Amino acid sequence: MTKFSDLTRLPDARGHFGPYGGRFVSETLSFALEDLEKTYMALRDDPDFQAEFDYDLAHYVGRPSPLYHAERWSKQLGGAQIWLKREDLNHTGAHKVNNTIGQALLAKKGGKPRVIAETGAGQHGVATATVAARLGLKCEIYMGAEDVERQKLNVYRMHLLGAKVIPVESGSRTLKDAMNEALRDWVTNVDDTFYIIGTVAGPHPYPMLVRDFNAVVGREARRQSLEQIGRLPDALIACVGGGSNAMGLFYPFVEDDEVKMYGVEAGGDGVETGRHAAPLTANAPQGVLHGNRTYLMSDEGGQIADTHSISAGLDYPGVGPEHALWKDVGRVEYVAANDDKVLEAFRELTRMEGIMPALESAHAIAHAKVLAPTMRPDQHIIVNLSGRGDKDILTVARIDGVHF
Amino acid sequence: MNRIDKRFASLKAQGKTALIPYITAGDPAPEHTVGFMHALVESGADIIELGVPFSDPMADGPVIQKACERALAHGTRLTHLFEMVQDFRQTDTKTPVVLMGYLNPIERMGYQRFAEQAAAAGVDGVLIVDMPPEEADEIGPLMKSSGLAAIFLVAPTTSEARAATICGHGEGYLYYVSLKGVTGAATLDVDAVDRQLEPLRRLTDLPLCVGFGIRDGATAAAVGRIADGVVVGSALVNRIAEGADSPASIAPALKAVLSEMRQALDA
Repeated sequence: MTKFSDLTRLPDARGHFGPYGGRFVSETLSFALEDLEKTYMALRDDPDFQAEFDYDLAHYVGRPSPLYHAERWSKQLGGAQIWLKREDLNHTGAHKVNNTIGQALLAKKGGKPRVIAETGAGQHGVATATVAARLGLKCEIYMGAEDVERQKLNVYRMHLLGAKVIPVESGSRTLKDAMNEALRDWVTNVDDTFYIIGTVAGPHPYPMLVRDFNAVVGREARRQSLEQIGRLPDALIACVGGGSNAMGLFYPFVEDDEVKMYGVEAGGDGVETGRHAAPLTANAPQGVLHGNRTYLMSDEGGQIADTHSISAGLDYPGVGPEHALWKDVGRVEYVAANDDKVLEAFRELTRMEGIMPALESAHAIAHAKVLAPTMRPDQHIIVNLSGRGDKDILTVARIDGVHF
Repeated sequence: MNRIDKRFASLKAQGKTALIPYITAGDPAPEHTVGFMHALVESGADIIELGVPFSDPMADGPVIQKACERALAHGTRLTHLFEMVQDFRQTDTKTPVVLMGYLNPIERMGYQRFAEQAAAAGVDGVLIVDMPPEEADEIGPLMKSSGLAAIFLVAPTTSEARAATICGHGEGYLYYVSLKGVTGAATLDVDAVDRQLEPLRRLTDLPLCVGFGIRDGATAAAVGRIADGVVVGSALVNRIAEGADSPASIAPALKAVLSEMRQALDA
């Protein structure tokens, strides 16, 4: 079995996390990825670059984000103490901005005047449009046509920020198709365009650099835990679509063997129905999509399967390659939360704590509801509240039969 | 010597440029594909690239995306492609067939099984768009031992160091992508392509075939003057799309497109 301490030394030189990851792209993009890798490797240990990144996180994003003790809710659940890592309080309302700040700095260093991104729920699109506005970069966002419909507020927000949102009509018209189209754009405009990938997936070096930019979440949470709880937490919970917020929280704890970690995938109608977006929980076969090898939902012929989730941001058939390895070595336990439980958790946290989670983050909340009562009141769980739920109000209203 | 090498040797002896049509297998329905392959050979094809339909063809433009959708609507999968090639080989034992597609269907089938069944069906080469040579260390030896040529892409953005690596791994021919973009994209710049082929000639003896942006006899002839082969895809797949509702009209339309290119190349 892999020692957990080895897990911090990945990926290898070719971008592999054990059997996963890699750089499976058409030849035209190989050059751009090699170039990005070179730029990033030169900058990751450069104190000036880190200082610039830290400054933006502090003064533009508003970090550190609080670690909030949800006392009332913990008491109601009658088990472990629940602490919420408040990424929802970041500028733009989610953890996504940690990564877009970092990648935008890379775009600037690389002299690229144009950025593109894919988005599902629109949070990554908004975070990209935001940093593009600030740096004066031209910005185009690919979004599945179905998601454009589901997330109208974020679409208009991106428009106000000066970005062009391009609805993607191909395939299942969701996140994976947006990523296909963004890759097609990049291959066409590779000379002047930086592709800001929004999750810990895609070809090497993206899974590594998106992880590194989001790891600020876990570094803060670890420090805050020592200060506020007086020790490390017993468990961490985060939702997993591509897996960037979970990676960000988990990574700095990976060598802390006593800290259990739970990644919560989108169970949709239930993993057993086949209508879900939970490749790890469902033990989906190994496959290759969007530049990396990972657990991937596909049919026997290797065609990518349709996914289903109440949350557009988790509606993706694959998962970041580092999560795939962490499942195999047993470092993280991956579970799924179904749409109905997620909605219940969304309502409960809103009523109990006055904090409205994004539907994505409500997956983690739903698992906290399951886990906390099995633990003692002197035990502690940190849940990554990766985004706020304002964008989902219309979706929930629709479910309630209310139409504006 | 496999069929691809034989074909290029004989073309070289005749001073001719290879004409390499691409169609997506199963488009508009699986029962038509073998007939189209024969029609392409009758109108001058030297090698056939048979596309493996995929749900997420990231390197393809709308024309081939739709072809994949039509093929997948009929459930076309790799095992059907093997049957098609086997069927084609009943009457054509000479024309090389190259499978072109994305890695996931092959990954799902398993590399060993894929290599054995493809070779047994009469496939001669495989081009996997999203598998650069760096990621081919597992499937590469399996293809080699089955006698399948591993064909790789070279792009305008490929550095000389990478080109050397690719040439070292490549077999059959090198597929030079003429432009930055997806299949079926805008017009190509023949002079620029010519300049980029030059350093490749110093790196390899493999035939250099150029694809992306070849739409008619004129572009085929222009590229044919500087390359060892021309690949034509979207221009043919467009004819298939137009005839999808009356499949009997497709083979003559494909023949018309390809014959014009053949004549232009040989003129």
